[in-house]
Amino acid sequence: MKDALGNVQGILLLGGGSDIGQAIVREILRGRRPARVVLAARGTGSCGAFVSELTGMGHHVEVVGFDANTPASHEAVLDMAAAGGDLDVVVSAWGVLGAPQDTLDADPIAAAAVATANYVGVVSAGLETARVLRAQGHGTLVHLSSVAAERARRANFVYGSSKAGSDAFMQGLADSLVGSGVRVLVVRPGFVRSKMTAGMKGQPFSTTPEAVAAATVKALAGNAHTVWVPGILRMVFLVFRHLPRAVWRRMPV
Amino acid sequence: MSRRLLTGWGRTAPTVADVWEAASTEDIRTATVTAGRRGVLARGLGRSYGDAAQNGGGVVLEVGERSVHLDRSTGIVAAGAGVSLDELIRVLLPQGFFVPVTPGTRQVTVGGAIAADIHGKNHHADGSWANHVVDLDLVLSNGDVVTVGPDSDAPLFWATVGGMGLTGVITSCRFRAILVQSGRMSVDTWRTANLDDTMALMVERDRDYRYTVAWIDATGSGSRLGRGVVTMANHAAVDAAGADKSLQFNDTPRVGVPPVVPGGVLNALTIRAFNELWFRKAPRQRSGELQGISEFFHPLDMVRDWNRLYGRGGMLQYQFVVPDGAEDTLRRATEQLVSGGASSFLTVLKRFGPGNAGYLSFPFAGWTLTLDVPTGVDGLSTLLDDLDDRLVEVGGRVYLAKDSRLAATHLSRMYPRLDDWRAVCDRVDPAGVFQSDLSRRLGLRSFTHHSTPLEAR
Repeated sequence: MKDALGNVQGILLLGGGSDIGQAIVREILRGRRPARVVLAARGTGSCGAFVSELTGMGHHVEVVGFDANTPASHEAVLDMAAAGGDLDVVVSAWGVLGAPQDTLDADPIAAAAVATANYVGVVSAGLETARVLRAQGHGTLVHLSSVAAERARRANFVYGSSKAGSDAFMQGLADSLVGSGVRVLVVRPGFVRSKMTAGMKGQPFSTTPEAVAAATVKALAGNAHTVWVPGILRMVFLVFRHLPRAVWRRMPV
Repeated sequence: MSRRLLTGWGRTAPTVADVWEAASTEDIRTATVTAGRRGVLARGLGRSYGDAAQNGGGVVLEVGERSVHLDRSTGIVAAGAGVSLDELIRVLLPQGFFVPVTPGTRQVTVGGAIAADIHGKNHHADGSWANHVVDLDLVLSNGDVVTVGPDSDAPLFWATVGGMGLTGVITSCRFRAILVQSGRMSVDTWRTANLDDTMALMVERDRDYRYTVAWIDATGSGSRLGRGVVTMANHAAVDAAGADKSLQFNDTPRVGVPPVVPGGVLNALTIRAFNELWFRKAPRQRSGELQGISEFFHPLDMVRDWNRLYGRGGMLQYQFVVPDGAEDTLRRATEQLVSGGASSFLTVLKRFGPGNAGYLSFPFAGWTLTLDVPTGVDGLSTLLDDLDDRLVEVGGRVYLAKDSRLAATHLSRMYPRLDDWRAVCDRVDPAGVFQSDLSRRLGLRSFTHHSTPLEAR
C-alpha cells in the first residue's frame, strides 16, 4: 500500500531493462523505505546490474520473464507480480525504435515487429495491469509514451504510429478506469539520450532518463494524466500538430 | 452496494471498495461468508485518520445497527455498533448519564470506539472504552455470532478491543454509562511557560480531576518549548450549572467547510499565527469556568468537515505514547517536531493511566502527544520515521487508529503482544476474511519482509 506520505510498497517495471523505466523506479524509491520491486524483462541479463543496485539498497527484488510480443503470456506475468502484494505503481516502459525508417520502408515484416512490440504488447499488458489494479482498488499505471505519438513524422512513422496507437489506448484505458481507484499517467518525453537512442544524432529539447524520471515522480504526486518532458514540448507540439502537412513533411526534425 | 472511493479523516491514500449498507446482522453474515479474496471490513463514520477503515478492492460494511437502550437502574447501555457517540449523548444526558469515554469528536460509532479502543481526557481516571464494556456481539468469519466480554472468551474480547475490526464485525455492545448531574463542565485553566511546567502541573494536579489535557503551542521553541494551556475539569454539579438547563444537549455544527478549499490555507504561517493567538487568548489562570459538552470535549465538531482545510494533499495525525520515565524522549521528540517544521494546528499532550489487557490497545501509563500535520511538509516521512526509532527504544508506540505512514518493520516492537493477537485471529479467522488497507500496509495479520497479503479463500 502506498501510504499518506508517498512511500510505496510494491512496484512492477514492465521492461525491466529499460533505462528510462529503471530511472523512474530509482527516482520513486530515492530516499524511501525498502520496497518490493518486480522487474519483468525479456532476459535477466538486461537488468542484472539494476537488481544488484536495488538489492544493495535494501529493496526486495523479484525478476520475472516478460515478452511484450507474446500477449498470451501477460496474464501470468501480472498474476505473479500481484501475488506477492499490492502493486502501487506499474511502469510500462519497454519499446523498440526499430531499424531506420528507410530500411523499414522496404521491410514490412520488421516494421510489423516494431508495431507489435510498441502497440500490441501494450494493449494486452495494459489490460492485464488494469485488471490487477482494479481488483485491489488502487494503483497507478505509468505508461512511457513519446512526443512521436503526437504526430507521426516522415522520419520514423512506423515507430511514431505505434507509439500513437499505444498512447491513444492508454488514454482510453485511463477513462475506462475512472471510479475504480486506478490512475493512468502517460509520459511523453522528447528525444531521450539512452541505450535505445545510442549513436543517434540528438534533437532540440532532448532530455535524459533522469529528467524523465524526475518529471514523472513529480507528476505522480499530483493529479495529472499526462506529463511532457521537458514541459515546453507540450507547447511545441501544440503548434506542430496543427502545421499543414506540406510544412510538417519538410520539418528538419 | 456501490463502489466508492474511501479515505480516512486525513484524506490521504484513497482506495475503492464495494460499500454495502448492512441493515441487519443477517446482512453482515451474508457479506462475511460470501467474501472474496480482498475480504470484508466494517466502517463507521470514517474518523480514523489513515487507512484503518478502508479495504481497497474488497467489501466495506456500513453497520446499520442503531438501537440504544439504557437500563436506568444499572446504568448499562445496550447500543448498536452503528450508533454514534453524538446520538448516545443525546439519549443519555437528559436521563442523567454520560458516555464513559469520549474522544475529541462525537462523530465516532460504538463499533469504531471498540475497534480502536478509544480514549479521552479521562484516561488517567477511567481508562479507555474497553474498560467500560460488559460484553459485545461479534459476527465471525464463518458467520457465527458470538457474545464476548472480559468474562466470556476473554482472549477474543481483548483481541477485538483495539483490534481494528480484524477479528469480526461488531454489531452491538453493552457498556456502563457514568452518572452526571449536569451537561456542564467545571473547568480550571492554566497557562504554562514550558514543557517541564506543563508536565509538572499535570503530574501534580490530575488526580483531582476526571478530565485533563494540555494544548501545546507547537511553535514554541528554546525556553518556550512545550508551553501551552492546561485544562482540567469535572462534571459540574447541578447547582453550579443551573437547574434549568442542567441536562440539555443540542449542540450542532455552527459552520462548515466547502468541498474545495484552495491549497495551503493551513500553512506554516497561518498555523504559527493560530498557535500564538491561542496561547495569548488563554487566561494565565482561571477556576470554575462552566463550559458545555462541545466546548470542552469536541470544539472541532463545531466546524463541519474541518479536515478539508488542509486542501487536496490532506493531513495526518501523529500520536504516540511513551512510558513514564521516558520524559526525555518526549522532550526530544517535541524539539525534533518543532525544529523539523512539522507545524501543527493542534498539538495535545495527555497523561495516560494504566493500560488494559487489549492486545493492540494503544494507551499505557505515560505521556501521549498528538499533532496534526499537513502531508506536504518537506521531509516529514523521514522525520517521523526517526521519531519512531526513538519511540521503540523506550517502549513507545504510535496509535493505529491515527496511523497512515508507519513502517511495517516497527509494528511488532511497538505492540509486543502482536503475536498473541495474531494467534486469536488465526483461531477465529484462519482464512483472513477481515482485512483492511491498514492490515495490508502493516502486515498486521502476517508479516513477511514485504507485507505479503493474506491468502484469503
